[in-house]
Amino acid sequence: MFSSLTQWIDSFLLRYMGENWALFVEFLLIGVSIMVAYAVLALILILVERKICAYFQCRLGPNRVGPWGLFQTAADMIKIVLKELIRINRADHFLFRLASFIVIVGSVCTFGALPFAKGLQVIDFNIGVFYLLAISSLGVVGILLAGWSSNSKYTMIGAMRSGAQLISYELSCGMSLLCIVVLSGTMQLSEIVEMQRDSWFIFQGHVPAVIAFIIYLIAGHAETNRGPFDLPEAESELTAGYHTEYSGIQFGFFYLAEYMNMFIIAAIAATMFLGGWQPLHISGWDTFNQVMDCIPSAIWFLGKTGFCIFLALWVRWSFPRLRIDQLLRLEWKILMPICLVNILLMALLVALRG
Amino acid sequence: MKKTNMEITEKYLSSLSFATLERRADGMLSVTVPKENLYEVAKFLRHECAEKYNFLFDLVGTDSDNKLGVIYYLSQSAQPEQMLALKTFTADREKPELFSVQDLWDSASVYEREVYDFFGIRFINHPDMRRIFLRADWNGFPLRKDYNADPAVNPVPEKSELISDMERMPSITLKMGERKEETSYVFEKDDYVVNFGPQHPAMHGVLHLRVALDGEIIKKIDPVFGYIHRGIEKMCEAYTYPQMLHLTDRLDYLSGTMNRHALCLCCENALQLEVSERAHYIRTIFDELTRIASHLLGWGCMCMDMGSITAFVYGMRDREKIMDIFEETAGGRLMANYATIGGVARDIHPNFQRRVKELIPYIRKMLKEHHMLFSNNPIARGRMAGIGFLSKEKAISLGATGPSGRASGWHNDLRKISPYAAYGKVNFDEVLRSEGLTYDRYVIRLDEIEQSLRIIEQLIDNIPEGAYAAKTKAVIKLPEGEFFQRVENARGQFGVHITSKGDKTPYRVKFRSPSLTLVGALKAIATESKVADLIMLGASLDYVIPCIDR
Amino acid sequence: MEVKDIRIPNMRYEDFNDNEYLENYVSELREGGVNIFVGKINDFINWGRSNSVWPLTFATSCCGIEFMCVGAARSDFARFGWEVTRNSPRQADVIFVCGTIVHKMAPVLKRLYEQMAEPKYVMAIGGCAISGGPFKSSYHTVMGVDKIIPVDVYIPGCPPRPEAILYGMMQLSRKIKVQNFFKLPDERKKVAESGELKVENGKP
Repeated sequence: MFSSLTQWIDSFLLRYMGENWALFVEFLLIGVSIMVAYAVLALILILVERKICAYFQCRLGPNRVGPWGLFQTAADMIKIVLKELIRINRADHFLFRLASFIVIVGSVCTFGALPFAKGLQVIDFNIGVFYLLAISSLGVVGILLAGWSSNSKYTMIGAMRSGAQLISYELSCGMSLLCIVVLSGTMQLSEIVEMQRDSWFIFQGHVPAVIAFIIYLIAGHAETNRGPFDLPEAESELTAGYHTEYSGIQFGFFYLAEYMNMFIIAAIAATMFLGGWQPLHISGWDTFNQVMDCIPSAIWFLGKTGFCIFLALWVRWSFPRLRIDQLLRLEWKILMPICLVNILLMALLVALRG
Repeated sequence: MKKTNMEITEKYLSSLSFATLERRADGMLSVTVPKENLYEVAKFLRHECAEKYNFLFDLVGTDSDNKLGVIYYLSQSAQPEQMLALKTFTADREKPELFSVQDLWDSASVYEREVYDFFGIRFINHPDMRRIFLRADWNGFPLRKDYNADPAVNPVPEKSELISDMERMPSITLKMGERKEETSYVFEKDDYVVNFGPQHPAMHGVLHLRVALDGEIIKKIDPVFGYIHRGIEKMCEAYTYPQMLHLTDRLDYLSGTMNRHALCLCCENALQLEVSERAHYIRTIFDELTRIASHLLGWGCMCMDMGSITAFVYGMRDREKIMDIFEETAGGRLMANYATIGGVARDIHPNFQRRVKELIPYIRKMLKEHHMLFSNNPIARGRMAGIGFLSKEKAISLGATGPSGRASGWHNDLRKISPYAAYGKVNFDEVLRSEGLTYDRYVIRLDEIEQSLRIIEQLIDNIPEGAYAAKTKAVIKLPEGEFFQRVENARGQFGVHITSKGDKTPYRVKFRSPSLTLVGALKAIATESKVADLIMLGASLDYVIPCIDR
Repeated sequence: MEVKDIRIPNMRYEDFNDNEYLENYVSELREGGVNIFVGKINDFINWGRSNSVWPLTFATSCCGIEFMCVGAARSDFARFGWEVTRNSPRQADVIFVCGTIVHKMAPVLKRLYEQMAEPKYVMAIGGCAISGGPFKSSYHTVMGVDKIIPVDVYIPGCPPRPEAILYGMMQLSRKIKVQNFFKLPDERKKVAESGELKVENGKP
């Protein structure tokens, strides 16, 4: 469906302009649509979180702005875009401005590489998993810069905590994804999704895949800096952590990136473990499989991602925050060793299977 | 046995040629000693006496008969119902100086700073004689009778007080007869000092903590008070007794009913006013409802400080039910403004008993849920395990009363020690724990809610008939003398001291805030712990800042 | 444009008590007429701003507890989109002055206000913040925060009930709704021009 649309656009443009120009326009179109999708998804996500959080807390959540409060976050965006950008005294202005861009750029680049539906993927690297891991950890540079350049003690402590946290949990994240790479034998996202046509990797990979999935959820959750791992912006001691000094749209970038990182982590989990946009197939149940096929692939993808996001929100609004030493102990003494053993197990499994 | 100890103390004190003993109008033994001998007597009472007076309840600065002085209220942990008032005076108004007792009782350190701030009395051998509530550039000492209250003398400042990391503490030392005025640094030269407050999301108000950090480890804490100092004690001196009542509600707004109860009891005892049983019962129920509401909020805040916002909202949700009951009978939600001298302001609402009876099973059910959601959560247990140790001796010396002290095993519940109102008629347990760790301070509050429910359960069906308030004269004048009353509020022992000269307004009023000493306890337990735990440790002590600053 | 156009989704125009003040305010703002295009942009911006007011978590005393009650399950200001309480003044839109402001706190409050990014609003909650309230005869109380910072909405009470705070919030929404993005109202302009407000001394 999507490939026919892109082909039509391609041939349409080629009819009127040279190949290079057509490519340029296509890039532009893709860029704009990714950015729009990014912003819209982020706004929806923020609203969803506020609603879900409210229900967890016996409240109603936003319900006055638009029907069921649907336009609440749109109003927030209008306001935040038009808010004053404060020039911080004695801050490193270049780095200060740059930091929020690095965070959002890292997040958008990761977002762009996700396979949203059948044929709806902007770029399909043959090292897709590697790319996702690499580019998503760009954000930590932005956070460190933000903390350093703001010339404030709170942001500094927040950034340092964040650095320690993100870099540690990056390991578990990578290791658990590596499990799936071992299982699938490829790093190309489209192929990984394709291989899950009959059975998702979480079922194919037996116990090691389930362990990897759980570890990925924990480590990924930690990477998004959200509770119970929200130490970098622990409001009870650091006011707002590394983005304390940011106002207006610069803060908006951090805010959007925080929510979109949650989406990205959930989307990667869905792609790697839950079959991406592939429908649920159970071998032998042909009618059931055909019914499942009728549901559009984008819905499958968003549904699975939504499930992972819901898990994250559930944890976020139920658990208290960890302390930095407990956080690092969890990573280095518990998750990491399990991950290492898990990869061996997975390799063994693959070897036995032939 | 009890009597003999007191007699021994009394015998010793009367054997001192310089000491004057008297029985005050409220029955307390009062000893006046010259300022030169104060330290010696204090040391005897603290260390050598048969039953050691190890708990300095309060320090009351006074300015009467043109003499500045201090009243030390002393108590014991072994016989907590025993109280002794130790007095001393200095006639020097220009450079008043007394000897410090901060090496005998830890709590004296902060009390003496308070006396210095309000009366200008400097304490010799106290290492830190900075002003505690008012700014360093404040002119005059407000609680002195000759204070110039003209706002032109002390205008609203335009600039924040610049508190340098290299701030100095002035002190006077007298060693071997040699008197020296010196200063020392609050922090060391290379300390990384982080400010928490006065505006800080989790500071529960406007406390300002300056914290020296070594990485994530706290090296030293220097609390700065006074960002909500409203001068209530000075205001009371111009108010009549019924007018004073509404200020007590606004001291520690979470246990306003109990603070008000303390002042009412103090006045009633002084007037020897008979209060009806009905009023006593109603007051007791109100006190316990307030305690439940306060503990629910305290629990919620502590959970929030650990990052669990949902728990906070749950606490507030349950608290609303109590607020509804208050509103129906008293008219106010947070400020019930209910107790008056001689009884309560109005009779209970016809729905009162039914709603309270509905509340009890609800809160019990919710307590189970709170335990499930938070107390038994592995992360919460991990956060609270093994940190914030406060030993019993330290708690007594610091004067950390209330649930925080009881978590360390210190029997200090005034409802048991000297039962007032209807507490003598009900069965309940004083919740005591022994470890003195953060988890104990956390869980003791939930257990106290359970006990409060028990108290209410026993009283609610048995409220006797009768008048809800005794008839008082139109103008209430307390007889001449000093009066003292303490009650157990949600945070600890709340004390009221009134010096009356027989007028319709008091001569001097002092409220003993349980929260002030709790901040001292925070200093003790948070040093050497991680900065991430600082706020949570503070929340485990559950102090209320406006009560500290008064 | 009719003044009755000041509609917010939460409350009817007739249900507000003192509409004259707002009407005068609007007529002052719209002196000389409003360009239709500018007017539409204004409406759009004001719709966003009035529906997204993030408060700063700031409380000095008792009123802070009632402010928490507004955020909790019973009253829930999240319905109007106010629940995103920011801890950093840089990201907040409105400061709720909950409780007494004393001499020592006054410069701190002023600093907080200055740290906030425009557009910013102030709500004085409770008697103490409005005029000193029960502590008017104290030597250390500021007789109303409007001596230090400009106040948009006053909510009387000691402390005000959560409903009263919600009503005040609606009033602020309406006030934001009639603002002109391209023209500052007079009181704020004065502040913006002089750079700071003069601090006056309250008399007991």
